[in-house]
Amino acid sequence: MSTLSERILGASAGEYVDRKVDRAYVHDGTGVLTLETWKQMGAERLCDLPQLYVLFDHIVPANNSTTATLQHELREFACGSFLHFSDIGSGICHQLMSEGIVLPGEVVVGADSHSCTPGAFGAFATGVGATDMAAIWLTGETWFRVPDTIGIHLSGSLQGGAEAKDLALTYVSRLGMDGGTYCALEFIGESTQSFGMDERLTLCNLSVETGAKTGMFYADDVTVRYLAAAGQKAGHQVPEPCTYSRELEFELADIVPMVAVSPRVDTVKPVRDLAGLSLDQVFIGTCTNGRYSDLARLAKIVKGRKVAVRTIVVPASRAVLAEAIRTGILSDIVEAGCTIGTPGCGPCLGAHMGVLGEGEVCLSTANRNFKNRMGVGGEIYLSSVATAAVSALTGEITEPEGD
Amino acid sequence: MQGAGHAVCLGPDIDTDQVIAGRYLRTKDHSIWVSHVFEDLDPALAGRLKGAVIVAGKNFGCGSSREQAAIALRESGVAAVIAPGFARIFFRNAINVGLPAIESNLACIEGEHVRFDLAAGWVEAGGSRYPIRPLSPRMREILAAGGLVSYWRSHQ
Ligand code: SF4
Repeated sequence: MSTLSERILGASAGEYVDRKVDRAYVHDGTGVLTLETWKQMGAERLCDLPQLYVLFDHIVPANNSTTATLQHELREFACGSFLHFSDIGSGICHQLMSEGIVLPGEVVVGADSHSCTPGAFGAFATGVGATDMAAIWLTGETWFRVPDTIGIHLSGSLQGGAEAKDLALTYVSRLGMDGGTYCALEFIGESTQSFGMDERLTLCNLSVETGAKTGMFYADDVTVRYLAAAGQKAGHQVPEPCTYSRELEFELADIVPMVAVSPRVDTVKPVRDLAGLSLDQVFIGTCTNGRYSDLARLAKIVKGRKVAVRTIVVPASRAVLAEAIRTGILSDIVEAGCTIGTPGCGPCLGAHMGVLGEGEVCLSTANRNFKNRMGVGGEIYLSSVATAAVSALTGEITEPEGD
Repeated sequence: MQGAGHAVCLGPDIDTDQVIAGRYLRTKDHSIWVSHVFEDLDPALAGRLKGAVIVAGKNFGCGSSREQAAIALRESGVAAVIAPGFARIFFRNAINVGLPAIESNLACIEGEHVRFDLAAGWVEAGGSRYPIRPLSPRMREILAAGGLVSYWRSHQ
């Protein structure tokens, strides 16, 4: 009787395995170092075992000529070597992998810490550094220690203004920034079915903020339907009794809108405790909360009104942006006074397009609020889309009411 | 593998953004990472890293997967990082670039001489020896080779 990680990796928790990788991806940042390291390894050919992807998302379009030159070299290499390549504006790597590429049961490795995100499909998806990735380009495989698994039981349903992000911030604060180190998180229980893929991706995305290797949902009807709409066939994964190293219970009706206070993701407080804190910027987007359903919630709140503070909205992918244009919600967002950025990471990593000034405060839907991350001397608070949207209208941290 | 150095003490949960900030990542010039290492945490730290053994609190290297963090420390002359526990991507990255990441519970006194012997399984400071958590056989091989690049160069 196995956990989902044990089943996919084919060994018991604690064992070391060499495992062929099904999909491996890098972005414009980590890809540069991966390529350099792969060359140093003396390789002449890429291994043809896994599907290899180079996805430009971190600094798009390039912010200066140094970045542009590095991107140029990586682009030339990716296209010349027939890697799957997506250029600026296509979207965030984790989002693109989640738009009908990653399938249940696969082993997926990304050179980015939030590569745990597509675990939402019932894949074993995790992040590595550039040198590990270079070795995967060389051999098609890597080693893993099969993780212990923490079971996260979900029961009941979310109420009022609370959303999946609030649950995510709540479990991160319960586990702490290293409470999940070397473990996998499995989201289980009846209530998992009430979460759509977008929400599952949000929940799995933050698993690394507890130190976890990955966060996973078992593939069910929701997964199969989502993948079918993306033209992919997938089967169900039925949970079996298994041993969790630890189990946490969450009654969803108890979850309230939360904010992670600068500079730690696990310092989480109810929004109402911070209500009235004045903001200089609101940022809605990222691999945590830049999907279509996120933009739709934002549009619903700001439609016909005006934001009171500069508000940057960055769709997670071109598909998300195109859908928002098609359904008309993008006009609602733009007419409310929001600024739209190129699909990608936007200012999340503090490199361009929306960095903060000294002493400025930003409310962001991202997953990290480390010191100086979005600009030297700036402070980042993390929240759900609903909290960010209502706060954008008032210019200060404000509790969302729900429908 | 053995080594030694003067202790540089750091707190818990030092994330890789603090080791090297995102604004310095877009370059192949490793000396840029060396000159800006720990800049947002304490700009004075950079000058003390040559020949140092960093003794940090729990969960060192959490956050971003950026390998530049491990490279910056190695190229600044850090002999090893000792912490009660590491974030897993940093841990792999450190070993992969040939920087010993040693799991051990050590009370840190700034500047004190710290020695370690990975094969024998101890770290030593202030006259006391502390056990270390052994590396997996694969990690030991990679570290012994000087990192994953030389490991694969010799395995092809
Ligand atoms: S959106 Fe932010 S957290 Fe996500 S991959 Fe990009 S930089 Fe990383």
